[in-house]
Amino acid sequence: MQVTLKIKRFNPDKDKEPWWGEYRIDAEPTDRLLDALNHVKWYLDGTLTYRRSCAHGVCGSDAMQINGRNQLACKVLLNSLGNNITIEPMRGYRVIKDLLVDMDAFLAKYRSVKPYLITHGPEPEKERLQSPEDREKFDDTTKCILCGACTSGCPSFWADGEYIGPAAIVNAHRFLFDSRDEGGEERMEILNTLEGVWRCRTIFNCVEACPRDINVTRAIGEVKKALLYRKV
Amino acid sequence: MVQRYDAVVVGAGGAGLMAALQLAGHGNVAVLSKLYPTRSHTGAAQGGIGAALGNLEEDHWEWHMFDTVKGSDYLADQDAVEILCREAIETVYDLEHWGLPFSRTPEGKIAQRPFGGHTKEFGKAPVRRSCYAADRTGHMILQTCYQQCIKHNVHFYNEYHVLDVLIEQGRCAGVVAFCLATGEIHTFHSKAVLFASGGCGKMFRVSSNAHSLTGDGMAVVYRRGIPLEDMEFFQFHPTGIYKMGILLSEAARGEGAILRNKLNERFMERYAPTLLDLAPRDMVSRAIYREIREGRGIDGKNYVHLDMTHLGKEVLDEKLPDITEFARTYLGVEPLTQPVPIQPTAHYAMGGIPTDVEGRVVIDEKNTPLPGLYAAGEVACVSVHGANRLGTNSLVDILVFGRRSGRHAAKFIHENDWAPLGDQADSTARDAVSQVLNSTGKERAADIRDVLQDEMMDKASVFRDAQGLTTLREKLGELRERYKRVKSEDRGKSYNTELLEVIELGCLLDLAKVLVESALARVESRGGHYREDFPKRNDADWLKHTLAYQTSKGIELRFKPVVITKFQPMERKY
Repeated sequence: MQVTLKIKRFNPDKDKEPWWGEYRIDAEPTDRLLDALNHVKWYLDGTLTYRRSCAHGVCGSDAMQINGRNQLACKVLLNSLGNNITIEPMRGYRVIKDLLVDMDAFLAKYRSVKPYLITHGPEPEKERLQSPEDREKFDDTTKCILCGACTSGCPSFWADGEYIGPAAIVNAHRFLFDSRDEGGEERMEILNTLEGVWRCRTIFNCVEACPRDINVTRAIGEVKKALLYRKV
Repeated sequence: MVQRYDAVVVGAGGAGLMAALQLAGHGNVAVLSKLYPTRSHTGAAQGGIGAALGNLEEDHWEWHMFDTVKGSDYLADQDAVEILCREAIETVYDLEHWGLPFSRTPEGKIAQRPFGGHTKEFGKAPVRRSCYAADRTGHMILQTCYQQCIKHNVHFYNEYHVLDVLIEQGRCAGVVAFCLATGEIHTFHSKAVLFASGGCGKMFRVSSNAHSLTGDGMAVVYRRGIPLEDMEFFQFHPTGIYKMGILLSEAARGEGAILRNKLNERFMERYAPTLLDLAPRDMVSRAIYREIREGRGIDGKNYVHLDMTHLGKEVLDEKLPDITEFARTYLGVEPLTQPVPIQPTAHYAMGGIPTDVEGRVVIDEKNTPLPGLYAAGEVACVSVHGANRLGTNSLVDILVFGRRSGRHAAKFIHENDWAPLGDQADSTARDAVSQVLNSTGKERAADIRDVLQDEMMDKASVFRDAQGLTTLREKLGELRERYKRVKSEDRGKSYNTELLEVIELGCLLDLAKVLVESALARVESRGGHYREDFPKRNDADWLKHTLAYQTSKGIELRFKPVVITKFQPMERKY
């Protein structure tokens, strides 16, 4: 099939304003959008810049706006996008070059929720026991790959860049609901602020944006409930 | 710009993070990654990590050791394999203590499942040894190790690409790296350097590897006169998604999936009557190639089917959710009702930078260490995988030897001072970058890489022979000439990823040459190295490791004995 990629370009060394580049290529309908971007970079314009690594939706490098929706370029096939495809960097993050954005603030927020198991007292010689039911409670939120699609798709975050954002809350949820974790109190203090979990207005954009199919809004809801009742 | 650290870790996958955790608190430590750490390819590992916990049935590390040695076609060093299998157990418990969300048995223990080549009682039947978290075990390991690094305030330099390693007066003095964001070249003056930068699968057309797996660590070290060990042994995983190469975990077959040809035959019955579809990867990949060659590929094409239709929704949803989704997303195939088209995919380098069991890089057949230089994980060759790695053992390897190398390096930085930094330590790296940026040539990196990947796939993958390898050797020479005229259209400073791709291609070209020379020399078949013109294993002449050195006269090959302790080489049948 023939597709036209309309890509928002910006090179900080040269451009004052972003501009649109158009590239017509021949491709297979089953090619990933990432394959199409690679085709442009490798054979048409080597300066096109974006992040990518695993190319099958597990590393989280290549989230971008594809026809207006946050998706991973490696997890969407051309046959689902039509012949004219518009590609822009994710919203809400500073654009550094073309489709590549500054994720430092996003990742700093992730790190701020103490995303690691907190326990007190000695560890057992073997594994801690955890029932399959307890394990299931946080299964969904272990899937996060920190691609940034949910936070970038969140209108509350567009309105208030200080909002900690859905991805950080998802990662807090992963520990709050882990029966082995003893850091609930300190983690809840971090989330129990105006820029924490309460900035969420339950708009559900994050659910649609998540390439790992995490039910982000439900996870945020569970954290809110835990804060209200001080119990997970 | 020169920065000084006690230790620098290059690479932030499982091995690098594990090493960094050992070094944290022992000095000033920096971890350099060309990605953000959680983008590392450890995260793509699926099926599990092997450890004889015995949670579901009797198991012993000695059985794991036997399987690993036999799986390696007796080329693994058995002292290292013993450490691997003993320490696997405590390593898995450590991961659990750090919060890794393993799947659980009904009693709440870590769940385990069968995997290729893992058996009970020295080969009698499959055993449940692979500890797993659905089919996202690597993702969970990477996340968990990175979470621990956050907890311990490990200092990261993200999106720094290492261009050179500094060797001064027989010691390691640091590395030179390129900051992607600014284009600046930084010298990291360091007492110890630990490479954990992963493999080089991108030299092949069909590969499970990430775009970033271009063997940078191996190439950088090799260019400084350090040998590469056993590079002829490259693993092709039997079940990659047709054409794309995306991995579909062996866990599928561990849970009962079956390989079928166009006659719907379970063809593994002919090749491995006891373990069937759970035979080691080298054998299964060869079986698939034979089926295709003899006309039994699906529709006469070069793929066969992975049949999961009898496993049921519950198993697919709970135990294999990611690979089920991959089949749906990338092939439009519903694994519940349709078989999945697969073909072998370039997966794992058994060879790499030679190290001892402490992760110290060793530079000759007598295992002389190069003080201050360490390597762990896929970039290294301890050797625990020999001629063929068993599934789950790469995750064991990165963690066990990531930890051992990190611990040894921590001791080293306490006991040693910095090696002096030479004048203009960064000149080699600077020259390499400016040569590309100022090139007046017309060659595109992608065109050269296309030929490289197609030729390697055609002549140096599952089946090899002298004729093909000799042709390939000439072809690589031509590509090297073309590479001298390679250009980068992007001449900018900020995030010049085109320049990065050119540099990465240079690494792949060097390593492909080492692979081909080593494969031509080894006139026998063993594990992942199969020579159609020498189809038998030859222990009398070839029970030894290859060491390839770059010299002014080309590649020089030397050989190193295999360490054999508990298990004498036997014929390898499953």
